[in-house]
Amino acid sequence: MDQLIQHLVNTLILGGTYALLGIGLTLIFGIMNVVNFTHGALYTVGAYLTYLAVAALGLDLFLALPVAILGGLLLGALIEIVLLRPLRGQDIDTTMLVMIGAGIVLQSGTLWIFGGVAKAVPSPFPEAPLQIGPASVSWLRLFVLGAALLLIGLTYALINRTKLGLAMRATFQDADTAALMGVNVRVIYTATFAMGSALAAAAGALLGPVYVVHPQMGGPAELKAFAIVILGGLGNVTGAAIGGFILALAEELGAGYISSGYRDAMGFLIIIAVLLYRPTGLFAKAERVG
Amino acid sequence: MPGRFTLTTAILLALAAATGARADTVRIGVNEPLTGAFAASGTYVVNGAKIAADEINARGGLLGKTLELVIEDNKSNPTEAAAVAEKLITSDKTPVMMGAWGSSLTLAVMPKLMDYEVPMLVETSSSGKITTSGNPYVFRISPPSALEAETFAPMVSKLGMKKVDFLVLNNDFGRGAATDFGKMLKEKGVQVGLTETMDQGAQDMSAQLAKLKGSDSDTIMITSAVDQLVLLFKQMAALGLKKRVITTGGSQNPDQIIAQAGSAAEGTMHLTTFLPWLPEKTPDPKATETFIAEWKKRGFQFAGVTESFRGYDGIRAIAHAIEKAGKAEPAAIAKAFWSVDFTGLNGPIRFAKSGPAGKESGQSKPDVYLIEIKDGRVVLPTL
Repeated sequence: MDQLIQHLVNTLILGGTYALLGIGLTLIFGIMNVVNFTHGALYTVGAYLTYLAVAALGLDLFLALPVAILGGLLLGALIEIVLLRPLRGQDIDTTMLVMIGAGIVLQSGTLWIFGGVAKAVPSPFPEAPLQIGPASVSWLRLFVLGAALLLIGLTYALINRTKLGLAMRATFQDADTAALMGVNVRVIYTATFAMGSALAAAAGALLGPVYVVHPQMGGPAELKAFAIVILGGLGNVTGAAIGGFILALAEELGAGYISSGYRDAMGFLIIIAVLLYRPTGLFAKAERVG
Repeated sequence: MPGRFTLTTAILLALAAATGARADTVRIGVNEPLTGAFAASGTYVVNGAKIAADEINARGGLLGKTLELVIEDNKSNPTEAAAVAEKLITSDKTPVMMGAWGSSLTLAVMPKLMDYEVPMLVETSSSGKITTSGNPYVFRISPPSALEAETFAPMVSKLGMKKVDFLVLNNDFGRGAATDFGKMLKEKGVQVGLTETMDQGAQDMSAQLAKLKGSDSDTIMITSAVDQLVLLFKQMAALGLKKRVITTGGSQNPDQIIAQAGSAAEGTMHLTTFLPWLPEKTPDPKATETFIAEWKKRGFQFAGVTESFRGYDGIRAIAHAIEKAGKAEPAAIAKAFWSVDFTGLNGPIRFAKSGPAGKESGQSKPDVYLIEIKDGRVVLPTL
């Protein structure tokens, strides 16, 4: 029983992280329809920016986070303007290959600049965990969960409650009509990609202090982000958030009670099952954006 | 079209000439992970290898020629490691190689050694399979996990271990360690409980740790590399998991653990194969000090020496074999490895036969030490 409670607490903490990874990608992959292979690299960049801000500039972790998010926003905008804008209208394979290339450049770039030795970002929280009955949880990870939920809420509100969000949804539903209605489509494309990238960087920035920062950290994160997006339904922010928690639950219980060797397989087994029975994802029908 | 053909031919001929023109050097192929998950460790090993090569060249080289390292990146990927070996043998014509850091990488290279009959010195890998599968071109200076377990055996009762759980990497390296240590512990009358595995790239192991927290064992033996160990110690502290921890495998890098896991690493114990913190306790204190001094002089972090000494010793062992062979040819070097005998930084390097009769691999028997992290420093535990 104690072990089950600990697994459930872990699920909540890990799920928040996964949800944050998922919503950034769902904007780009789901709404923009760009198979974004730079998501993991941007996650890595976010983590390194936090490391730089904390270790080199001596900033507080709380101040380093906005720095990393801003960095992700700018880098995302740059990628969109330089690489994606000239490719608009090209088929999905061409775009995908370019994004794979961009991902490799970013990953090798971080290795080149920072080297392969993992860096640790110091945490401002006490190391002794918070005890909740038989379960323990670290303060840092509680903070990460809170920050992730806040970012998810903000993204949801932006997409569904603001004019910018309306313009985004209109653009990706029908760019020509949106343009006729006075939406600056080029700006919307750049803004959406930049926002998705900023969320990836935010996830990296939040998780850098939890884990260690190294050039390969984005690979597994990216794989999970794709899984979460597919699970939750393409382009669905709420779906991606819930998908994150479902993946975390499957991994925790799978590793805890079936076999830890198949921990990563558990999540993908669920995804295969979901795709067999609900090919558009769990939450696509009810809330698909657009 | 004929014009282009001539140009291509000319370029190819020029390239061939450039490759063939290096008869004045003795080349050693180095197959290490310089990018990917093990980039940091592979780079350390290569930097250690370069120190050995420079030292040998400063003393006049090998067989009157300059020693040249042909360094290739296997990208921490077994498929790439095999491709790199093929390239080093067929295109660079290296008569002997060193590699390939991880067990899965080395195992992927081994069939190529059989195909081309070129020997390789294995500097880091610890899976038992490497020297028991009947590959006569493999010569290993790192301890396989069975040898590590054998050296650790006398300490088991002194530590008062009653029941042990394992948490290991889900690959040849990790599962091999769990099998070999589990066998040794059972012979010693210690109970073996859970064996949990984790993926090499996994960052969150809280599910496995929650399970280990609930078990009634007194000790957790962990087999992984340094980056994951840092994460594990931090996550154990977060879960309030307080059991004796002993890590195996020799890729723990205690200095990095101390720097990055902080107080979460206090009291953890590690089986290592080198004692750079206590050079006076190493088999050849003078050589250890010279190596560490040169390492620091080149501006590398001290933390790297627990990996880089293997690259240094590996190249020195290969150089001994080439000298004894008297010529830089694969068959002669493979034969000469059997008569290599000198003191490396972690004990004598001489190869004993291992594996099926008639096609034995060479296995050297280095020292294995148990160290403990106490007050943020590496100490030898009092047993």
